[in-house]
Amino acid sequence: MIKMKKIKRFKESLIEAFFFTNGILAVLILVGIFLFLLLTAIPAFKEINLLDFLTKKNWDPTSPVKPEYGILSMVMSTLMVTFGALIIAVPVGIGVASYLSDVAHWRIREIVKPVIEILAGIPSVVVGFLGIVLFGPLIAKIFGLSSGLNALNGAILLAIMALPTIISISEDSLNAVPKSYIEASLALGASRWQTLIRVKIPSALSGIIASIMLGMGRAIGETMTVLMATGNAPAFPKGFLSSIRTLTATIAIELGEVPYYTTHYYALFAVGLVLFLITFIVNLVSDILLTKYQEREL
Amino acid sequence: MSLRKLFFVGLICLGFLLTGISTSGTEKMIQIKGSDTMVNLVQILAEAFMEKNPKIPIAVLGGGSGTGISGLINGTCDIANHSRTWKKEELELAKKRGVEPRTFIIAIDGLSIIVNEKNPVEKLTIEQLGAIYRGEIKSWKEVGGPNKPISLYGRQSNSGTYVFFQEHVLGNKNYSPHMKRMNGNAQIVESVIRDKDGIGYVGIGYVIDFKTGKVRKGLKILKIAKDEKSPAYSPLDKKAVYSGNYPIARPLFQSTNGKPKGSVLEFIKFEIGLEGQKIVEKEGFFKIGPLHKVQNEENLK
Repeated sequence: MIKMKKIKRFKESLIEAFFFTNGILAVLILVGIFLFLLLTAIPAFKEINLLDFLTKKNWDPTSPVKPEYGILSMVMSTLMVTFGALIIAVPVGIGVASYLSDVAHWRIREIVKPVIEILAGIPSVVVGFLGIVLFGPLIAKIFGLSSGLNALNGAILLAIMALPTIISISEDSLNAVPKSYIEASLALGASRWQTLIRVKIPSALSGIIASIMLGMGRAIGETMTVLMATGNAPAFPKGFLSSIRTLTATIAIELGEVPYYTTHYYALFAVGLVLFLITFIVNLVSDILLTKYQEREL
Repeated sequence: MSLRKLFFVGLICLGFLLTGISTSGTEKMIQIKGSDTMVNLVQILAEAFMEKNPKIPIAVLGGGSGTGISGLINGTCDIANHSRTWKKEELELAKKRGVEPRTFIIAIDGLSIIVNEKNPVEKLTIEQLGAIYRGEIKSWKEVGGPNKPISLYGRQSNSGTYVFFQEHVLGNKNYSPHMKRMNGNAQIVESVIRDKDGIGYVGIGYVIDFKTGKVRKGLKILKIAKDEKSPAYSPLDKKAVYSGNYPIARPLFQSTNGKPKGSVLEFIKFEIGLEGQKIVEKEGFFKIGPLHKVQNEENLK
């Protein structure tokens, strides 16, 4: 009997250990990636001044005159397309989510929601292609430009790619708002609009913010679409109508042919590290915001 | 029960093993990688070759000359397509890795400078072209066109054309940071068709419409002169390309690791032979001259 118990306990602890490893695996992978990036990026700064790297605007590592490694233009470009995409996607996304959860007939919702979720599955190459043949010429025509391969084009495409995430998760969290809240609001004489704006959206806010952050994460890391649609001119962007080159596009373009273990190679990993840090900060801020709002709800 | 299971698993493993052995008996696939300028041409050459030799499969990938050359050095392809010569560092790296490149010339490309068909400019000198791409000449007005900013299209740094152009036209200076770095020749062509202030450089195979044999609609090929005193020539002018009067004609290369053998040798022989060269011309490129032939023969030995 005692032996059986011992075996049982052993089994229990084994299973526990298994789940613990699974739980910690993601953390280990994250730390591993960070260390790998850091260690591969550090040799770059034997030849590049860290301050120059962060504050100079010119990036031209294959220049026959003098290689230059300044990432400011690319950081700016990445931030521009990302926030540009959010400016477009957030109002539209929350609007659609509110419509689906509040206004739409259930039959319409049953059709529209899966369709939006399919939108998330469109490969980024296809979206980028749309940018070249559809949005690019359209933007050029509207703004009287010679070419529509610019930050605005990238922002629109990234907005399209972030929309399904934002809509889907926002709608779920709007639906998760307890019925009693809505009933109480309506009973107090608030209109449906007032109920939506003052009650539903605020109480679903943590979910909505999470959806925006997820969408933002997708926009920052997206490579193929911006690579195809933004023109990849490494000059410092003058506005949303100039061609830009993002951090991700630079890595994608140059890593394929860079001679290994050279300054250029290490510098690309440093660019990756910067990208990692930006997404890390975004996630951290969103986490802080989320807990703050959740506390207020309680 | 479990013994029976084990038996089945063993049987399946054996099956995999046997199929592995049997597939290794057929011809190995030839992997070709590199220049985006050449990818269509080599693909068509490969298709023609496979029609005659269905047992030898060939896969052709783009990615840029730099990608092809580093592929050959890293052993991920059998033939590298490249539209520029090997760089010193690449040769050193190859030597270090025990790779001994042999280079063949399979076609001649008249690198074409394209603008939108609405652009009134007809010709440029190499000096002007260089200044445009360095960002020194910013308006079409300075070269006889309308007072509009020039919209630059070029390739990314892994492209052989990017490097060739930088060496032979820009005088080894930096490209303008405002140049839009496009993914491939086709993207430059599409952009210039849509951009009435645009200018781009592409391999000649990309500006010819195969159905009509003429320049693609919406495009204009500029005539290029060596300097102000020399006459300007179009890359469509065969004589000018062969005589060297067209200043930015260039050979298109393929490299192998060591002397080509077996099916790779057969394929290269096909490409530089009569039939292959006919395809080269049909695709808008130019066939190799007698001097190149001698050079190729030497490298095949």
